[in-house]
Amino acid sequence: MSAGILLQVAQTLLAILVAPLLLGWTNQCRAWLQGRSAPPLLQPYFTLRKLFHKDAVIAHSASPLFRFAPYMMFACMALAAGIVPMVVNDLPFSPAADAIALVGVFALARVFLALAAMDIGTSFGTLGARREMMVSFLAEPALLMVFFTASLISQSTQLPHIVETLAHQDFAIYPSLAFAAVAFWMVSVAENARIPVDNPTTHLELTMIHEAMILEYSARHLALIEWAVALKLFTYSALGLALFLPWGIAPAGDYAALPLAVLALTVKMAGGGALLAFLEAISAKMRIFRVPEFLGTAFLLAVLGMLIHFLLEF
Amino acid sequence: MEIYWVLGIPLTGGIFLALWGNRGNAPEINAGFSFLTLVAAAILTARIVAGGPMVVGGEGYFFIDSFNVFLVALTAFVAFTTSLFSRPYMRIEKEHGRLTDKRLRLYHASYQVFIAAMLLALTTNNMGILWVSMEAATLATVLLVSLYRTPASLEAAWKYFILCGVGIAQALFGTILLYFAAEKVLGAGGSALLWTHLNAVKTQLEPTVLQLAFVFLLVGYGTKVGLAPLHNWLPDAHAEGPTPVSAVLSGLLLNVALYAVMRSKVLVDGALGNDMAGSLMMGFGLLSVVVAAFLIKRQTDVKRMFAYSSIEHMGLVTFAFGMGGPVASFAGLLHMTMHSLTKSAIFFAVGHATQHAGTQLMDGIRGLIRTNPTIGWGLMLGTIAILGVPPFGVFASEFLIITTAMHEHPWATPLLLTALGVAFASIFGKVQPMVFGETEATRLPHQPALAPVFMHLGLVLMLGLFIPPYLAAWYRQAAQLLGG
Amino acid sequence: MAALGYNLQLVNLLAALLLLIAFAMLSQRRIVGLITLFAWQGAALSLSTAIVGWSTGQPHLYWSAGLTLALKVIAMPWFFYRLVRKLDVDRDVEPMINIPTTMLIGIALVIFAFNLALPISQMSGTVTRSTLGIAMATVLLAFLMMITRSKAIPQVIGFLSMENGLFFAATSATYGMPMVVELGVALDVLVGVFVLGIFFFQIRETFDSLDLKHMEKLKER
Repeated sequence: MSAGILLQVAQTLLAILVAPLLLGWTNQCRAWLQGRSAPPLLQPYFTLRKLFHKDAVIAHSASPLFRFAPYMMFACMALAAGIVPMVVNDLPFSPAADAIALVGVFALARVFLALAAMDIGTSFGTLGARREMMVSFLAEPALLMVFFTASLISQSTQLPHIVETLAHQDFAIYPSLAFAAVAFWMVSVAENARIPVDNPTTHLELTMIHEAMILEYSARHLALIEWAVALKLFTYSALGLALFLPWGIAPAGDYAALPLAVLALTVKMAGGGALLAFLEAISAKMRIFRVPEFLGTAFLLAVLGMLIHFLLEF
Repeated sequence: MEIYWVLGIPLTGGIFLALWGNRGNAPEINAGFSFLTLVAAAILTARIVAGGPMVVGGEGYFFIDSFNVFLVALTAFVAFTTSLFSRPYMRIEKEHGRLTDKRLRLYHASYQVFIAAMLLALTTNNMGILWVSMEAATLATVLLVSLYRTPASLEAAWKYFILCGVGIAQALFGTILLYFAAEKVLGAGGSALLWTHLNAVKTQLEPTVLQLAFVFLLVGYGTKVGLAPLHNWLPDAHAEGPTPVSAVLSGLLLNVALYAVMRSKVLVDGALGNDMAGSLMMGFGLLSVVVAAFLIKRQTDVKRMFAYSSIEHMGLVTFAFGMGGPVASFAGLLHMTMHSLTKSAIFFAVGHATQHAGTQLMDGIRGLIRTNPTIGWGLMLGTIAILGVPPFGVFASEFLIITTAMHEHPWATPLLLTALGVAFASIFGKVQPMVFGETEATRLPHQPALAPVFMHLGLVLMLGLFIPPYLAAWYRQAAQLLGG
Repeated sequence: MAALGYNLQLVNLLAALLLLIAFAMLSQRRIVGLITLFAWQGAALSLSTAIVGWSTGQPHLYWSAGLTLALKVIAMPWFFYRLVRKLDVDRDVEPMINIPTTMLIGIALVIFAFNLALPISQMSGTVTRSTLGIAMATVLLAFLMMITRSKAIPQVIGFLSMENGLFFAATSATYGMPMVVELGVALDVLVGVFVLGIFFFQIRETFDSLDLKHMEKLKER
């Protein structure tokens, strides 16, 4: 039992600490692909340190919610990181939330951020909040459908169970999972505010979705939010890996497999980051009114995956 | 043996005319080939009438019994008379500048290929080849419908192609389902789609599959018959093409499509043992009659109006076949013949009338009796014939159908009678001013080719008054094959 | 699921790919992209026919697959590309109802097709019977594409895609139709496309565009 708690804490800390590294790695890959010299791999950490040292400047009209939101968001992301099986399958926190509740945890973080964005009353904050809500309104059903497909195959919505079933099946081609994987990637891109839905490095306010919400934040609040965003990306990636590429995750109670699991996670994350950078490099950000179509397609693919499961994989 | 002549002659004709069709005497060559086809068909018919049904060719690729041989004879005959009509007609069209030599080459070649495709559809034993030749017949005529290259004709040809294409895709699916059911009983391979084999084992075919298959086959081939609500393409296609094309489309292709439906129906009736196929056909047929009759009133284009009349009559025949039984099937077959002959005769007359008047709108054609009595009388008699006035043959078949309906399905009779009445009033009301109205137009300078018109009408009249016993026996035999 | 042979799993995967392409065609905005998707659909179809032929020991399916490859992957797309270039058509597809709605209707049709195919596939004796539902769904989606497009080339591609679906239905339910029928169907399709090509030129000559909205004059007066 205590070993379990130790593992739980270790995994959560690992996720929190390593998340900015994923971001740095993705940025580096993208720079390589675009033929320019990359910022150092640990750049996000330097940014975070810089932000923590600064003084927070808060508008007069800010309510306590504004100050509270970054902490809430970080806490939600940390919880999510603790639930998703990354290196080990049997974590004590896992029964706290199954796949569907996980979606709810992400939603909680998003709600708080949106409220905080509207809190100050500037137009860009509201703009960002509304766009973010539109994106998530369309992305969440798709995400749920993806989870349903995976759950139908493994007969449970508990993440550890899903991972276990999928990791230990004899290798078989599941078309439904292929569809669900594509849908998941599309949702992940939308939720994490990456190209082609949202450009994380843009400075043009009218094209922002996520960035517009955090325009008013500074210093430690901004640091927490940036960290939470990196953690969200890390968690989504880990989720995708757990659902669609679960090999390497140490089964419950098998501690000898831990080093291999960590190695597997590193390799998969590195590959995922590179793939993300590649896809960002070849796509352009799409116009806002095209985003519903994009997410509609994701929803459609996820539903198709589910239907195909019923037809082909009874 | 004769079957190869029947199919080979028009096919050779098509190739020949494709290569040398822009000579001045192409129409004569066309008529020549059609005549040879007719002779071959006559020999084949005589053989069947004398010897009974036969299966020909290899593993039984062709199957000819009294049902399809009479259609083969009818097709060859109407094709021949139409080619006779088309001789001077197309020459005048060329003189008027509406057609070029190149297009005439396409016209003549496609005409022969079309006849070949229809004859193949009628004589093949393989349900899959039936589909292939139906589609081939459609393709052969698409470019003919758009021959004048006017916007209206292009639209008509496009609708024809797409709507019939979609319809026939349904029929393909029905054929696949049929093969699916057949494969279980007959084993995989080409022989599982042969009608004769299927007919022998039809009671063993899976009912649910055949039910579904029939729905698709009826919808698919029914689109080509022009059954409402799938009839949208028909008025346009029949109205916009050159008149000989309208004549063969109305007079022949609709029959062939209905033939395909009937072959399927015989199989399905055997497999299902109930009346589902017949009821469906009755429903569609009745709907077509009513819809067409009420739409005739609004027509201003003479060829469109007669195209709707085709829909109405084919609906009537479908209804008759749907009722089943010896009398109704006999009446259906008789009506098919009468309709082919009469409708093509009408189109011949209308063709010359519109050619002379320069327009297809009925308001623009007046006083045909004065400009050319032959055309005027031809049109008048043809109209009276198609409207079911005795002593023409159409009256006989309609009478039989209605009395059978009164006997077995009395609820349908008021609908039928009303529809027929409305159609009568509308068509007669529109044709009468065309023939007898006031006009200042001059007499036609040339002698129209109206021998075919009177040939057809004469046959129709004769069969209305007296059906020779061998013909009656022939029809009865065919009716029996249809499960009557 | 793992009990099924790898061949069958591949066929299932290709079937799923076929359905995906049908949807992609519905959401495609550019005509050239549509032609490319059609070529891919033909490739998936041909590959799956070949695999079924190999795993069930039916050599005539190889001929089918080859025919499909030659016609639908090479000849027809090339023909359409040339047509698009020569006719200088406007690149946009111009759907009549917007794309997200079309996709939703598409999903409804897929569910309908799956339901319709269930009793038939249970009766079938082939190992690929579960893909019959996908074949029917492809047919219905192609049909949807035909009726929601007002340009000539997308309508025709929809028609050919429907034929692809029917061919796949034949392969999955009955290991393909008899060879002579398949040859006949292929011939018909080929001639049809040829006729269409001629026809497009005629339309273009008269209307100066391939937008079918010009051809809606023949209504009931």
